[in-house]
Amino acid sequence: MTDYVVLSSILFTIGAVGVLTRRNAIVVFMCVELMLNACNLALVAFANQNGNLDGQIAAFLVMVVAAAEVVVGLAIIMTIFRTRRSASVDDASLLKY
Amino acid sequence: MIALADATFVRPHIAYGSLWPILVIYGAACAGVGIEAVLPREWRYLSQVLLTLGSLVVALIGVGFVAHALPSLGDGAARGLFGSEGTIALDGPAMFLWGLVLVFGIGGVLLFAERRVEGGVTVFAGQAAALPGTETERRASGLEHTEVYPLLLFAIGGMMLFVSSGDLLTMFVALEVLSLPLYLLCGLARRRRLLSQEAAMKYFLLGAFSSGFFLYGVALIYGYAGSMDFGAINEAVANNSDQTLLVIGMGMLAVGLLFKVGAAPFQAWMPDVYQGAPTAVTAFMAAATKAAAFGAMLRLFYVAFGSARWTWQPMMWVIAILTMVVGTVLALVQSDMKRMLAYSSIAHTGFLLTGVLGLRSVADQNPGAITSLQAVMFYLVTYGLTTLGAFAVVALVRDSAGEQSTIQRWSGLGKHSPVVAGVFALFLLAMAGIPLTSGFTGKWAVFEVALSAGAWPVVIVAVLASAAAAFFYVRVIVVMYFHEPDSESAYVTHPSVLSASAIGVSAAATIALGLVPGPVLDLASTAGQFIR
Repeated sequence: MTDYVVLSSILFTIGAVGVLTRRNAIVVFMCVELMLNACNLALVAFANQNGNLDGQIAAFLVMVVAAAEVVVGLAIIMTIFRTRRSASVDDASLLKY
Repeated sequence: MIALADATFVRPHIAYGSLWPILVIYGAACAGVGIEAVLPREWRYLSQVLLTLGSLVVALIGVGFVAHALPSLGDGAARGLFGSEGTIALDGPAMFLWGLVLVFGIGGVLLFAERRVEGGVTVFAGQAAALPGTETERRASGLEHTEVYPLLLFAIGGMMLFVSSGDLLTMFVALEVLSLPLYLLCGLARRRRLLSQEAAMKYFLLGAFSSGFFLYGVALIYGYAGSMDFGAINEAVANNSDQTLLVIGMGMLAVGLLFKVGAAPFQAWMPDVYQGAPTAVTAFMAAATKAAAFGAMLRLFYVAFGSARWTWQPMMWVIAILTMVVGTVLALVQSDMKRMLAYSSIAHTGFLLTGVLGLRSVADQNPGAITSLQAVMFYLVTYGLTTLGAFAVVALVRDSAGEQSTIQRWSGLGKHSPVVAGVFALFLLAMAGIPLTSGFTGKWAVFEVALSAGAWPVVIVAVLASAAAAFFYVRVIVVMYFHEPDSESAYVTHPSVLSASAIGVSAAATIALGLVPGPVLDLASTAGQFIR
């Protein structure tokens, strides 16, 4: 039981570190998805521990939300890529200070 | 393990009679998507605007009826009921915030529908898919994106759900429902499209990052309490002795919510997004998102984590002080009006957090004294209306290249457009908290509750920050009134009745709430407490 929670926290950390260090918007976004999946793993593990279904239902809803987020996110990233021919988050730096 | 084989299915009870205002909003949003699919382009603008405005007004009236009919609970301190098996809490504060979000939504639609300023088209891109600077974009220059109205309605629906969510899962879904349309709206500016797209991307990536933290917090609290329901979490907090999961989970939930309200150290997105987004979207977002996110934060921390007050209050002390200092100091050095207003919005988040710190148990509360919840809700009314009006004015000040938000270019605005400059000066003075404006009464209310709860160090910082903030607000007034206009100065475009009425109502409310705050304060106190 604890193993699953430890694994999910490792996955979450990998995702969070990836968001902070990677420079390609698509990869950053994939790291966010990794974080959401780590949450799913934790939810399902805790559902097993608690003996009720709330966590499993939550995991399904998280998948739906993640799918919606992909639609919106890829639309935004693709528009930026078509405009600038680059998906690097460092190149998008008109707004600062 | 889980034994469900012999469980019989029980039909859930859903309180349609009290939920219908929110269903009207979602229904109208779906109808709006349908309109996009079937109506010819020239009819869409009018039908979308009428549908959106109509549904918002109907829902607002509905909120009044529903709030009036809420049953009284227990000792009468709270009124309300749980709709749909405890996932939605319909109580006084939720109704108050529903009304507030709907009012901001109506203001938002009026600004979205403004056509006169941009010369016959709305401020949204003709075709978001057309590349900036290409022939396709020039051909699309006469078109309009009318999808913005359903997007706005979905965002409003998400906000309404957010403030009335009764468990963590509903809160997470509502957080996403309100955020996703806003990410898209930020990227749809007609002019300065690169800035707008960049704002959308930054908002999206950081928003998704923070909602990941929120969700991991949900998972940990679920592991801690064995349930996502706020009432059950509160019981677990009161009874469990091991607090490790609770503290980590609470911190992660706080990251997600503090990001949405723009508290330091999670404020980095705000200036960029407020500057890059179309000004009409900024106006709506600044007012309504903050109201919704503070509503949700109050519900989470008061209802679910009320017993763990001594754990989260020190964290909030630090964050409130940091937010006020960061917002005020960075606003001092801004040269762009929208960025300056964004940093001032961060400082206001700090003032609101000061009010959140005023939480005390009912037993400690002096009878008849204003509670922390009432103070924060009142501040949200005053701040939201002022901000909506201020950004609406920013949208009117233009030069040949579109909106001109560089502060120096506003020189001499008071000479050639005395009315607009006067109204803007009024909004700035209200944000600074000058007496006889709504900002003063709002600040007085939150400082008062924080003081009575013993958070005096935070209140001292807040008073000093207000004094420092007055400097950058007055600096703008000096530029408008005491600098001579030159050839590069921006001018004021005459708005249609839509924008004008939004600005007019905001200005009237700013004065009225400063002179007679009583009725709205009474309304906030009638709202009572959260149901548990």
